[in-house]
Amino acid sequence: MAKTLFDKIWDAHIVKPVEGGQDVLYIDRHFIHEVTSPQAFDGLRQRNIPVFRTKNTVATADHNVPTINQHLPIADPLSRFQVEKLTENCEEFGVDLYGLGHRWQGIVHVIGPELGITQPGMTIVCGDSHTSTHGAFGTIAFGIGTSQVEQVLASQCLLLKRPKRMRITVDGELAEGVVSKDIILYIISKLSAAGGTGYFVEYAGSAIRSLSMEARMTICNMSIEMGARGGLIAPDETTFEYVRGREFAPQGAAFEAAVAKWRELYSDPEAVFDKEYHYRAEDIAPMITYGTNPGMGVPVNEAIPTAPTPGDSLASFEKSLGYMGFAAGENLLGKPIHHVFIGSCTNSRIEDLRLAAKFVQGKQKAPHVSAMIVPGSKQVEQQAKAEGLDKIFIAAGFEFREPGCSACLGMNEDKVPAGEYCVSTSNRNFEGRQGPGRGRFWRVR
Amino acid sequence: MEKFTHIISTAVPLPMEDVDTDQIIPARFLKATTREGFGDNLFRDWRYHPDGSPKADFVLNNPTYSGKILVAGKNFGCGSSREHAAWSLTDYGFKVVVSSFFADIFRGNALNNGLLPVQVSPAFLHEMFTAIENDPQTKFIVSLEHQTIAIAGTEREEQFDIDPFRKVCMLNGYDDIDYLLSLKDEIEEFERVREGEKKEVLI
Ligand code: SF4
Repeated sequence: MAKTLFDKIWDAHIVKPVEGGQDVLYIDRHFIHEVTSPQAFDGLRQRNIPVFRTKNTVATADHNVPTINQHLPIADPLSRFQVEKLTENCEEFGVDLYGLGHRWQGIVHVIGPELGITQPGMTIVCGDSHTSTHGAFGTIAFGIGTSQVEQVLASQCLLLKRPKRMRITVDGELAEGVVSKDIILYIISKLSAAGGTGYFVEYAGSAIRSLSMEARMTICNMSIEMGARGGLIAPDETTFEYVRGREFAPQGAAFEAAVAKWRELYSDPEAVFDKEYHYRAEDIAPMITYGTNPGMGVPVNEAIPTAPTPGDSLASFEKSLGYMGFAAGENLLGKPIHHVFIGSCTNSRIEDLRLAAKFVQGKQKAPHVSAMIVPGSKQVEQQAKAEGLDKIFIAAGFEFREPGCSACLGMNEDKVPAGEYCVSTSNRNFEGRQGPGRGRFWRVR
Repeated sequence: MEKFTHIISTAVPLPMEDVDTDQIIPARFLKATTREGFGDNLFRDWRYHPDGSPKADFVLNNPTYSGKILVAGKNFGCGSSREHAAWSLTDYGFKVVVSSFFADIFRGNALNNGLLPVQVSPAFLHEMFTAIENDPQTKFIVSLEHQTIAIAGTEREEQFDIDPFRKVCMLNGYDDIDYLLSLKDEIEEFERVREGEKKEVLI
């Protein structure tokens, strides 16, 4: 029977179907970090059980780490305690940790692909909703809560109901200056912040195929912003070439054997999706959001709509504009800003940094603006330095920081002060997400 | 996990849509390493001024409204997967959240923590808000056994859906992990078979 890519992977991981329509699903890779794991380890301790498969589990410290002076002890006592707790837990339970100071440390969704831990056909989970990023490799990857982190640590399995399948096809050629962030912001602005709830999305079409792996990751990363559980893209030559030779990828003949298997990972032509959408790449312009949910996006040079778009009520539209301090019908171009944040698992990879460097090279930021570049990982940081990008940023008045989630969620010191505006490459424009100020996101790939 | 069978309680109205988990519990409160104490910071930035004084116009600071049921607008719990959102609601004392739509991850997290997400029709949600507005002492009856939610003293009642497996878990106070741990042999068998079939490249 014709199957979707999603179903092929899901079916290969069912340990056992359970009455009432749920499946016990085997999880190949589990990423953990300091914020959503301590209570899960406590749970194991209380039950007096080990981590079931330590080799399937990888840890890093990213959410709550400072982005300056990472070689010094963390100043904030609560953050320090949480990061130390992760180290202790990993030691006690025998889990590999690429923590602060390690050459592979970085945002969990950046290091997984970069190290070749993420490979086509896998099931991947992490206690962070943007785990959907890994779907760019043709994996079923999604965020889980801490109870589920505990379940995976204890059994390498989760009890799940199969989501519905959606396919979003984007055909055609992107206009000059339009990047993958624009594609996904465009899609979310059409479908709304809840339009994908209950679905797992496959992205297809010639415009998606033409993208690099890093650009594909940006799209899958934001699947969750339309409410979907995750998003995936069928692997192809671009995928295989990206994975080839990476630290944890199969090597030599084993790699060729793996690729032969990975080539079977696509949706059969007759496969049926529960929902399908088609868009034309030519219709997509550079996007920006004006409100406090990711569905509130418009082309950069267009005005804020005068009425809520489908999926938003008048009340939430008005509340959102009130928070942002914008008026309906107003144009965003020309608005003064106070901060620039380039980073997060959406846009902190080397291609993003190269693109940002191209924009700022030979220019100077305005004196009243603070601008920050936070690379996604140590490896990205090193690569950027090797290419001299750090010098370009510093010359333009930007700060070039050390890796972490940073102002994406504002758990560390990197926050936007109340009342100030930030243009940001991160994935969420929620009220207070970047600190008390008014964060919203920009495109930059 | 505590057992859940039914509840009769007044409700707290939060007629806002797209309440995301960053609002339920802001990221700066996620530094804790235990599950307790999150209730104090539930809806922190809506509830308190930066200086820590309560915002008089926020519903949790209004003594007129109280109860174990939170009634919220559609798409409740969207955004980050943080389970801390469910912990802060239960720690505050809520046992039930009612909305016309829940975000997927939040729904799962709630169920794993003995917090019952009750999804009702937009019309019934509207009736509930109206009933609370007319009389904040209105009681609601939520029965997990019968999968019903009713407005006390009226004929108004609606069925809600819950996965049968989750229902049994909640009624008995089990969580998924107890079940998964009981499957250890089958999980190991799955690993062996997969290895034997040389499917390792799918691993
Ligand atoms: S960068 Fe932001 S979205 Fe990505 S893992 Fe970190 S906190 Fe989550």
